[in-house]
Amino acid sequence: MGRHFDVELADLKNALLKMGTLTEEAIANSIEALKNRDASLARVIIEGDAAIDALELAIDDTCVDLIALYQPVARDLRLIMTGMKINAELERIADLAVDIAERTIELVDKPHLKPLVDIPKLAALAQSMVRMALDSFVKGDPELAKKVLLSDPEANALRDAVQSELIDDYMVKDGSTAPRAVQLLLIARFLERVCDHATNIAENVIYLARAEVVRHRPIDPE
Amino acid sequence: MDKIVAKNLNLWYGDFHALKDVNAAFQANRITAIIGPSGCGKSTLLRVFNRMNDLIDGVRTGGEALIDGDNILDADADLVRLRTKVGMVFQRPNPFPLSVYENIVFGERIRGVKSKRGRLDEIVESSLRGVLLWDELKDSLKKSALRLSLEQRQRLCIARLIAVKPEVILFDEPCSALDPQATARIEELMRELKSEYTILIVTHNMQQASRVSDDAGFMLLGELVEFRRTDEIFTAPRDKRTEEYITGRYG
Repeated sequence: MGRHFDVELADLKNALLKMGTLTEEAIANSIEALKNRDASLARVIIEGDAAIDALELAIDDTCVDLIALYQPVARDLRLIMTGMKINAELERIADLAVDIAERTIELVDKPHLKPLVDIPKLAALAQSMVRMALDSFVKGDPELAKKVLLSDPEANALRDAVQSELIDDYMVKDGSTAPRAVQLLLIARFLERVCDHATNIAENVIYLARAEVVRHRPIDPE
Repeated sequence: MDKIVAKNLNLWYGDFHALKDVNAAFQANRITAIIGPSGCGKSTLLRVFNRMNDLIDGVRTGGEALIDGDNILDADADLVRLRTKVGMVFQRPNPFPLSVYENIVFGERIRGVKSKRGRLDEIVESSLRGVLLWDELKDSLKKSALRLSLEQRQRLCIARLIAVKPEVILFDEPCSALDPQATARIEELMRELKSEYTILIVTHNMQQASRVSDDAGFMLLGELVEFRRTDEIFTAPRDKRTEEYITGRYG
């Protein structure tokens, strides 16, 4: 006979997975909308955010109830505490998908500034980091989580590359490009923030699996 | 469905006013916990529902206690029928000094039902299965119940109850004699049972109430201060006295 509490924890995990799926979808769609200059898809993302917000609140409620009713300890407690944090990170990622969608809507009726090169790379990296972070949570795999952490410097480098190109090659040389360049700058910044949130999720997965805090310190690739 | 309803229920032990205008509806197929400090009236309330308080001299009641709409406090209430319908599990397991088998068929025998051996065997098996004891005890049905572990004895008492097919089970501190592992297993058993019964539990173990119950009532000085869903009681109680009690600030 198992513990009833395990059923509750499994339900929590499933709710978090649903939250993860919706968030991943929002990010993937926001990137598709940007690449294809698709304003209607961008609007779908903006409208879909309410459902993600509602799920975030529901998961939060569940976590509070589980703590109040079961006084969890050890791994059970870590699962609920990390669940709450991952929940918040996912909600922020979904908000960034909305931010990207809003910038996309601003850009669609203006001519292309330049062919996008590094932004799609950054977008692909962001998507893969979110997916890896969620997979590491599902599988309880701290090694996979570590890979997410190790990808973060690459995200920062890509954002820096996008920034310097947009500033030096466009905004400085021709001020009239600034309105479009700023939108792209913001998008690069949002994508890099998505990577940061994926990193936070991965750090929480490591804490969940090993009770080891890896936040705010350099990663040992070994 | 409201299985048990207390309406302006009052109870006095002589001059002592032990239950004061209690109003509550207990739902079928849910576990309801009654919590509160010692002497608050929680066991008294539980004992109203199978008229156990009648055994105490000088008890008077007022108001109504309805089970399936019938007032069980009526002078002409059928107590045998009531106690078949409403079973009780006590703090210390109290099996009869008989075999496991005879404990379970006891109710059937005293009801005077001439049951065939095969029918009694079925009752023993299904009751023991119902409390997840069958696999452990199927080869020692003749063993004295007094030789079982405390947890097994408590399970046996529950099996003895469900053998007579009650509808309501009252648990009065059912785990206070058990260790934490046995307690956890009895709690799981209560959850298994709730799909078929209405379950009320009195406990001074607040963690147990929070883990196991769907609804919870907080009693103080004979008054039912607050009665709501357990998750609401333990995350956002409305009455200051409930909050003080569950956060350990009271008493």
